[in-house]
Amino acid sequence: MSLQIFSLMRHELLLIAVLLLILVAEIFWDPARKKNIRIFAVILFGIITLLGFLPVPEGSLFGEMYIVTPVRLMMKNILNIGVLIVLLQSITWLGKEKNSDKISEYFILLLSTLTGMSYMISSGHFLMLYLGLELATIPLAALAAFDRYSNNSAEAGIKLILSSALSSGILLYGLSMIYGTVGNLYFTEVAGLFTGSNLALLGFIFFFTGMAFKISIVPFHLWTADVYEGAPVNVTSYLSVISKGAALFIFIIVLFSVFPAISVVWQKMIYVLSILTMTIGNLFAIRQQNLKRFLAFSSISQAGYILLGVIGGNELGMASVVYYLLVYIFSNLGAFGVAIAISNASGKENIDDYNGLYKTNPGLSLIMMLALFSLAGIPPVAGFFGKFFLFTAAAEQGFFILVLIAILNTIISLYYYLLVIKAMFINKSENPIPPLKSDFPTRLALTLCVGGIVIVGFASIIFEYIRNMSFGV
Amino acid sequence: MTTDFGYALLIPLIPLLMFLLLGLAGNQLKARLSGLLGTIGLGVVFVLSYYTAYKYFFATEKIAGAFSKITAFDMVWLRFSDSLHINMGILLDPISVMMLVVISTVSFMVHIYSLGYMKGEVGFERFYAFLSLFSFSMLGLVLANNIFQMYIFWELVGVSSFLLIGFYYQRPTAVLASKKAFIVTRFADLGFLIGILLLSFNTGTFDFSILCDPQGAAIATGSGAAFLGLSVMTWSLIFVFMGGAGKSAMFPLHIWLPDAMEGPTPVSALIHAATMVVAGVYLVARLFPVYIISAPDALVVVAYIGAFSSIFAAVIACTQTDIKRVLAYSTMSQIGLMMVGLGVSGYGGHEGLGYMASMFHLFTHAMFKALLFLGAGAIIHAVHSNHMTEMGGLRKYLPITHITFLIACLTIAGIPPFSAFFSKDEILVAAWHHDKLIFAVEYIVAGLTAFYMFRLYFNIFWGKETHYHHTPHEAPAVMTIPLIFLAFLSVFSGFIPFSKLVTTDGIPFEGHIDWSLALPSVFIGLVGIIIAMVMYKKETSLPDKVAATFKHGYKWAFNKFYMDEVYMFVTKKIIFAYISTPVAWFDRHIVDGSMNGISRLTNAFSFRIREFQSGQLQKYGFVFISGVLLLTFLMVYLWN
Repeated sequence: MSLQIFSLMRHELLLIAVLLLILVAEIFWDPARKKNIRIFAVILFGIITLLGFLPVPEGSLFGEMYIVTPVRLMMKNILNIGVLIVLLQSITWLGKEKNSDKISEYFILLLSTLTGMSYMISSGHFLMLYLGLELATIPLAALAAFDRYSNNSAEAGIKLILSSALSSGILLYGLSMIYGTVGNLYFTEVAGLFTGSNLALLGFIFFFTGMAFKISIVPFHLWTADVYEGAPVNVTSYLSVISKGAALFIFIIVLFSVFPAISVVWQKMIYVLSILTMTIGNLFAIRQQNLKRFLAFSSISQAGYILLGVIGGNELGMASVVYYLLVYIFSNLGAFGVAIAISNASGKENIDDYNGLYKTNPGLSLIMMLALFSLAGIPPVAGFFGKFFLFTAAAEQGFFILVLIAILNTIISLYYYLLVIKAMFINKSENPIPPLKSDFPTRLALTLCVGGIVIVGFASIIFEYIRNMSFGV
Repeated sequence: MTTDFGYALLIPLIPLLMFLLLGLAGNQLKARLSGLLGTIGLGVVFVLSYYTAYKYFFATEKIAGAFSKITAFDMVWLRFSDSLHINMGILLDPISVMMLVVISTVSFMVHIYSLGYMKGEVGFERFYAFLSLFSFSMLGLVLANNIFQMYIFWELVGVSSFLLIGFYYQRPTAVLASKKAFIVTRFADLGFLIGILLLSFNTGTFDFSILCDPQGAAIATGSGAAFLGLSVMTWSLIFVFMGGAGKSAMFPLHIWLPDAMEGPTPVSALIHAATMVVAGVYLVARLFPVYIISAPDALVVVAYIGAFSSIFAAVIACTQTDIKRVLAYSTMSQIGLMMVGLGVSGYGGHEGLGYMASMFHLFTHAMFKALLFLGAGAIIHAVHSNHMTEMGGLRKYLPITHITFLIACLTIAGIPPFSAFFSKDEILVAAWHHDKLIFAVEYIVAGLTAFYMFRLYFNIFWGKETHYHHTPHEAPAVMTIPLIFLAFLSVFSGFIPFSKLVTTDGIPFEGHIDWSLALPSVFIGLVGIIIAMVMYKKETSLPDKVAATFKHGYKWAFNKFYMDEVYMFVTKKIIFAYISTPVAWFDRHIVDGSMNGISRLTNAFSFRIREFQSGQLQKYGFVFISGVLLLTFLMVYLWN
């Protein structure tokens, strides 16, 4: 029995084990060599990531509060890959003098949010979901305030915690109303008993907006700009990719498995919100001069495209969302990786600073170009196929106008992605960023991203694989 | 089928790897080393190709007396749906194996030759990278097991040809020539693509093994619908032939070939004499069962365009003075002859004589034409000019080039026992049995060919004594060895029993020389040679007199029958003026205008909404709650 629990709950239990190991290491490790904790933690996490791919039976624990299905495991694995890249990208930054006393803090905070996300994805009960959600949010606020002597970082932390408090309140309120109408909070029970009365609907809308806050869907996105800008760039990349991805995963699971009865309602809501999200995300992104802020806003519009897969409402929609997030993780982390490498070496973060980058750092520029092409959805890189499947999912349901608007938005997004590429390759600069030599972990992370962008696009097996497991949510 | 041909995948892959290596790291290698690397890579391909040919023709069991079609490799590359997918594969059958030998031989010789010819040029490693790219594309083209793969490599061949013609990109004429070649062939490829789409739509497959099965369902299902009096299959195959005619420089799509001579001479030998330009012939041969069974009308088109091109080009060749251009027109003329061979062929056994002869001539032509071009390269290398008016008496300075060039000239003139005598004779026999008019045309072409080739020969090696700035000297060994090797092949490849190897249905038959037709063709060849000798061996005023007698005809032929001018008139005066200009106006004012309007609006709007992002948390909360309320109203309203 206990072994079965372990194998089913392996992602979370292993994460907790690593957390504890890092805590112990923090206490007993020779203070002079504390920097090695970074390597130790990343290696441990790499092992977990690999272990996550071992086959596991389907099943549930704690009376269906905790559910394991192949697609949920796939989601966790995708997040693990993303976190591994984020951790690799953080190593240089953590090695800096100002961070030397809080290295293990970073890992503990970050991995506990990941634990929360894993529980959230595996949840079969709304309270389980809520617990996971909170575990995934509260340490994030501490992470956002990681540069505690920087005003911006502290501001980001406080803004994140206050806004999430508001959204959590609304989400909980919604849950209480759902409980009030159904008398139960198990996913299976709610799915069977959900009526669609006005009260239940109100509960659903409140729950929906609480999740929309996490995914930063317009108009519940306003916190993102300040938090993304204030937080350290590594935390921003984590927030905009992993945290958002996890929320999207559980969002789509709940919509598909708990609320299929009112799919007409949420399809209409998503219809409106996805148009708003894509468009406003794009319009903000156009104006950004700071690359970090720029990527953050472009990630808002990316969430808008992903909603097109959600609106598909069938296994193709599910597969396209999971596939797109896989692609998105590689692409966005690739772009962030270059930004981080440059910010670490030169402290520069503005798009203007990237003028003439190709002359001095051709490798980094090419990676950035590949990542941005993938984000913009230019064939033959993976992002094109990802968007193609998302749009197919929506078109199959007959949302042609929505697809058209999405395509128009990708054209707008192409404009600002190309602006960055133009800066790197065409614009001339008086004092370009000097050639920089990145260390091994950064390179490894970037190689993973490039490999992902190229291989996930060309190997059609990956999509087929995800699609085949997307039937039973 | 047997899969012990799996190594055949290496044949196209090695040049691809060489291209990537030389293309990416070439500028960090020493020029000499990158040239050697490319040559060694092609050497391996050369060995593998000959091994494959040996194994295929002599060591593989025939099925029911016929050479089997072997799929050495196959994979789905792009799956749109279960029925529609594009594969990448390798198909070995008599013609693809024969083409392997042709391409690898000529390409390898050109690689070696260029070590000497291109020595010291800027971009030496770039040259070798492009040569490898071309070899990869050409090998992929002939090995393709489906028509779409062939199309992909067809375009790659076009691109690499473009890159190589424009190799001297500082020279405006080279740039113009490369553009012209690319645009003209690309235009023809549009026809090819339409043909592919029609063909595969009608037959439901891209795959050659299904498409070209004479008993197969594909051919049967394809025939049916008709359009403008011809069946849709006929139309599709005519469109496919349009692609082939573009690459093979058939009239009226030939105008790019003479200009393509701006490229380095080894490139002309490889691409514009031996390999790429015969891709059109190969294409028709590849689809021959489809042509003969479901669209014999299209074959008539092939035959007549081939015949017209061959005489048209032969007449022009008699008047040109740039030696490479003479060779270019001669190539066009000979390819026309090959097309005639295909066009007059039947199917099965001795009926398929024309097909066999066409392939045979393709093979021998590749050898002697590559030899002619490489010889011309050696001459240009020695005297630094392309014009025969600036040459003469070179036999004393360039003995090896002289002998090999003479062999090639005798070969193309169809003098026995040189190889082209056999292959050309078979085509004439096939034409005689099929269409007397075409036979007559080709008979005259044979005489003209002998005449213009020996006009070239005597002008270069005999004729007037010219004074050169530097005494011309023989090319280095890396250049003469390929010449000797190719001369050897030109002499002896006629004895290859082609009718036992390459036939329409894969079943060998007995070929024999038809002396009643062979002797007259040798005779007219000799007449052509003698006339050329009289006119050009010594410097006389005879050529000018002849030119003056046929003043108008000469002027027309000298100016290539004004085909370039016709094209310029059609494109500039008609298409540009009446179609492109209005379209451009619409594009600039209506399309761009509306786009600019949208972008201005977007910008203005994005400026406005910045105010939402105030940084004040209480405002964010307000917006959040408003959003919730809005959604609630919207949904409750929509729900009811």
